[in-house]
Amino acid sequence: MKEGRPRSFYVLAIFFAAYTLFLYGPMIAIYVLSFQGPQGGLTFPMNGVSTFWIAKLFQGTGIVDLGAAFRRSLLLGIIVMIVTVVLSVAAGMAFRRKFKAQSILFYSAIASLIVPSIITSLGISLEFRIIDDLIKGTINENFETSMGLLTSGLGAHLTWTLPFGLLIMFAIFNRFDPRLEEAARDLGATPWQAFRHVVLPIILPSVIGIGLFGFTLSWDELARSSQAIGAVNTLPLDLQGLTTTVTNPDIYALGTVISVVSFTVIALALGTIHMLNKRQAAKGSDAGKGLV
Amino acid sequence: MDTSEDILQQASPDLVRGSETARRSKAARLSPSFISWLQAGPMMLVFLAFFLIPLVFVVIVSFWDYNEYQLLPAFSGRGYTDTFEGCIAQLPDLCTIAKTYLKTLKLCFLVWIITLFIGFWVAYFLAFHVKSKTWQMGLSLLCTIPFWTSNVIRMIAWIPLLGRNGLVNSGLVKTGLINHPVEWLLFSEFSVVLALVHLFTFFMVVPIFNSMVRIDKSLIEAAYDAGATGFQTLVNVIIPLAKPGIVIGSIFVITIVMGDFITIGVMGGQQIAAAGKIIETRVNALQFPAAAANAVILLVITFLIITMMSRIVDIKKEL
Repeated sequence: MKEGRPRSFYVLAIFFAAYTLFLYGPMIAIYVLSFQGPQGGLTFPMNGVSTFWIAKLFQGTGIVDLGAAFRRSLLLGIIVMIVTVVLSVAAGMAFRRKFKAQSILFYSAIASLIVPSIITSLGISLEFRIIDDLIKGTINENFETSMGLLTSGLGAHLTWTLPFGLLIMFAIFNRFDPRLEEAARDLGATPWQAFRHVVLPIILPSVIGIGLFGFTLSWDELARSSQAIGAVNTLPLDLQGLTTTVTNPDIYALGTVISVVSFTVIALALGTIHMLNKRQAAKGSDAGKGLV
Repeated sequence: MDTSEDILQQASPDLVRGSETARRSKAARLSPSFISWLQAGPMMLVFLAFFLIPLVFVVIVSFWDYNEYQLLPAFSGRGYTDTFEGCIAQLPDLCTIAKTYLKTLKLCFLVWIITLFIGFWVAYFLAFHVKSKTWQMGLSLLCTIPFWTSNVIRMIAWIPLLGRNGLVNSGLVKTGLINHPVEWLLFSEFSVVLALVHLFTFFMVVPIFNSMVRIDKSLIEAAYDAGATGFQTLVNVIIPLAKPGIVIGSIFVITIVMGDFITIGVMGGQQIAAAGKIIETRVNALQFPAAAANAVILLVITFLIITMMSRIVDIKKEL
């Protein structure tokens, strides 16, 4: 098309730019404010520039035990990421054939995505309370609780990340050419070899995308954790607790630290995806090389 | 893709059929349906243990009795009667639960309208005006990155802008538009709606964009050739074809806002009552059956809204 861009392009481009500013502007404001001087308050103008509030967080003299919550959230995030990737890829493979419980699994995933988080969270907490009561009544009177970060907390996070993982797998296999796999099988590959050497390398960039969703959604999860995490808090829960009491910029410093982790993970994942895509484009054709 | 395979298939279809039977005999040791169960079973188990069974418990516990400090596993309608307390006695005035749901629906409606408007035009711009694939990817990513960062941080981020001494207020005072800082910018319904729009427009952009990129561009050219104005093309071609995305996005946004208690809590200064907030309050008071009863009510209302909306479009077909 040689014609110039229509006027609507410029109107919508400005609209889009305004939306982007709306998305990022406030976030950038708190990143800047977390470098407030020691006397600085919660709002602009900046009262000097320092790393006082960030340093205060790491000294542990601040409001929360940041280190412990940080490690808990990181551990949970990594486990959620691994489980989400493995279960989503497996289930995604299953959906390429017809099987009996197909629509039950599909609707469970969709329902899990859209049933309000507070209801899922409450349900998990009730479930574990009832299990606890059963154990106390039958096996061990002094039993404390089975609720915790890696039991009820992990489950709660998975109900949020797995639907995303499954939907991404659907998107992948919508575009996937099944003949590639058939060709591998025809050349004598076992189903596992076909998956390992043909299917997996092709879908790997998107699988990393699933991992990215798994980690970041867990790292920032709040609503489902709220009732189901047990006695200890994750980082976002601590942060939320602070919003009602805090009067110092340490809340911004904490926000900045959490965001640094998010952005690092996003950058790592996107970088890896980009690299894999480039490698696929370069080495995509392995004509004459045979199966490794 | 690879044309050699096409040629092979056309030239000797028997070869392909032969390989099919060969594979079948090889996999005979593990039946395909057993493999499917192995593959899909773990995910199904997670949903069973942490979603379906918990939902059943919510319903069961909503019919249990309770006192100040514990659950009493005996049938009782107290969770519901407590919730609807005064709803008949106070007529024609509205009882607390009815007021709360009206307020929640109002917030929901406002957020829905605004996110739909913004989401539609952002998706439209990305799908129809951004021609290069690289730019399309880059700009979509720009919209997605905030979704991967913390919601609480994105809420707190409004404090330095909207607070009493925030940028907006000081700006307005400086320009002389107002004499005193306005209070309703933060910890108000305004800030709740603003934050919800800020957080969840993404859920509108993605499905609408997905529907729009699937629209065959020649349809739009055909409309143009047939003499349709830009507006007519939009109303008669693009909107009907983008409808599945619009409905899916709407379902996401509406269910999120209906059950939200965190954004409404943080941005409303813990002062605004909402459907999700009641549940949280009841749980904090250890009144689990009442919390469960409220959860059941919320679930039913959410389910009704989704059924109404999915009448318009077959969700499964669109994903």
